[in-house]
Amino acid sequence: MDNAQRLAGEVVNEKQLTKQDIRSINFRSTFLLGSFNFERMQSMGFCVSMIPAIKRLYTKKEDQVAALKRHLEFFNTQPWVGSAVIGVTVAMEQERANGAPIDDASISGVKVGLMGPLAGVGDPIFWGTARPVLAALGASLAIAGSILGPLVFFGGINLSRFLTRWYGLKYGYEKGTEIVKDMDGGRLQKLTQGASILGLFVMGSLVSKWTSINVPYELSRYTNTAGQEVVTTVQSVLDSLLPGLLPLLLTFACMKLLKKKVNAMHIIFALFAIGILGFKWGILA
Amino acid sequence: MNAMQIVLVTLVAAIAGMGSVLDERQTHRPLIACTLIGLVLGDLKTGIILGGTLEMLALGWMNVGAAMAPDAALASVISAILVIVGKQSIGEGIAIAIPIAAAGQVLTIFVRTITVFFQHKADKFAEDANFRGIEMCHIAGLLLQGIRVAVPACVVAMVAGTSAVTNALNAIPDVITRGLQISGGFIVVVGYAMVINMMEAKALMPFFFLGFVVASFTGFNLIGLGILGACAAIFFIQLNPKYHKSMNQVAVANVSEDELEGL
Repeated sequence: MDNAQRLAGEVVNEKQLTKQDIRSINFRSTFLLGSFNFERMQSMGFCVSMIPAIKRLYTKKEDQVAALKRHLEFFNTQPWVGSAVIGVTVAMEQERANGAPIDDASISGVKVGLMGPLAGVGDPIFWGTARPVLAALGASLAIAGSILGPLVFFGGINLSRFLTRWYGLKYGYEKGTEIVKDMDGGRLQKLTQGASILGLFVMGSLVSKWTSINVPYELSRYTNTAGQEVVTTVQSVLDSLLPGLLPLLLTFACMKLLKKKVNAMHIIFALFAIGILGFKWGILA
Repeated sequence: MNAMQIVLVTLVAAIAGMGSVLDERQTHRPLIACTLIGLVLGDLKTGIILGGTLEMLALGWMNVGAAMAPDAALASVISAILVIVGKQSIGEGIAIAIPIAAAGQVLTIFVRTITVFFQHKADKFAEDANFRGIEMCHIAGLLLQGIRVAVPACVVAMVAGTSAVTNALNAIPDVITRGLQISGGFIVVVGYAMVINMMEAKALMPFFFLGFVVASFTGFNLIGLGILGACAAIFFIQLNPKYHKSMNQVAVANVSEDELEGL
């Protein structure tokens, strides 16, 4: 807060980003992953997002060179929450350009320190919950042929994306280094855990609802006293135990295999083989 | 298919390809990519249905950390072309999509390796404070990702209508196509497993079983289940003693925020 007051007091000589700069950074950040590569991942995207700030804050060439190099370092996080990191970094660069004693290491430290935990928040919320839930909702409408399906998904996911980016960037920029302290507060942790609970609950219901395994293999067939033929199949026995038991077991098997670093594509191919052989031998239908 | 449609298909493919690396506007998801291909090929409805079906399969395909998902962009675009122009069934479209997703993954690995070259080029531009140069390196990487989907899509679009591809697809024995359709019913569990593994905290697994049992024994739709899940999450956090201390801190933090705004 002292900083803010000092900034407000000495308008002269203080370098500050314009609204246009912030909008430009926000737009550039939507291409954060464009040049994703195995060596430094999102580094070029991060650097390109920082360029409006670097141009505004540093006029001397050697300062610009140093800033560009700083932001070509390794960077990787969940892209949307990455905006918050960009915001904090911009705030630090601004303070530095105005003479605050912030060195390269502390800027890199904050970037690296934030990208991990924020990815830990962003991945389960957006990739683990928001997208699968919206996609499942959209897909259920789309399978019936409704244009609403893709529209609901596209609109919903992009609204949450845009809000996360814009407010993340603004919050990061305004709060500057303060955000680092907020990581220890309970708010983010609560949000993450709440999202995980919702996500797991929905996943549990999807396992039961949107998978179909049918084992029509006959166990017995007899005619009861009323003269009706009663057929007992493996499936009818399983359904009387717990509907959806097979998909549940299959899900756990997949989780085990994935944890053992088995390639997901191999599992998918194996499941296809099970489907084909199961059909051939009359076990699955 | 006329020349205009081939151009539009290539364009949509490029957008999907760029979307697949950006993971930003989600244009690479089957729900969007298949719909767009359906739109430009004049069969929107088939595109939407295929997109929805494929989306269920691809639910758990996501880039987390350095890990890479199977490529939804190439799979969606190619299978939509084959289903709509090649007159294949939705089931066959799904069956085609899986090996193509694997091939697309190989292609994107290839591009992500080539982009390392641009990364070093960008380092050189940084030495001269050449902003434009760095931006170009960045865009070059993005365009390569577009091209890697656009070129295969263009080639398939040009031959999909011909009998050669159709005959080849029809020659697939029944046991294979029926088997693939059957496995299509449960292959989605791999996606579920990925999502669950990512969110997994042993202490929270009861919520997974709760969701499973409620869905198994009731007729609730997804919105009802979502509300139920949200309530469960709120109850858990409100009642969890772990958060009672931090709740006070949050209250304090809120006050100071308000003060800041007042200044």
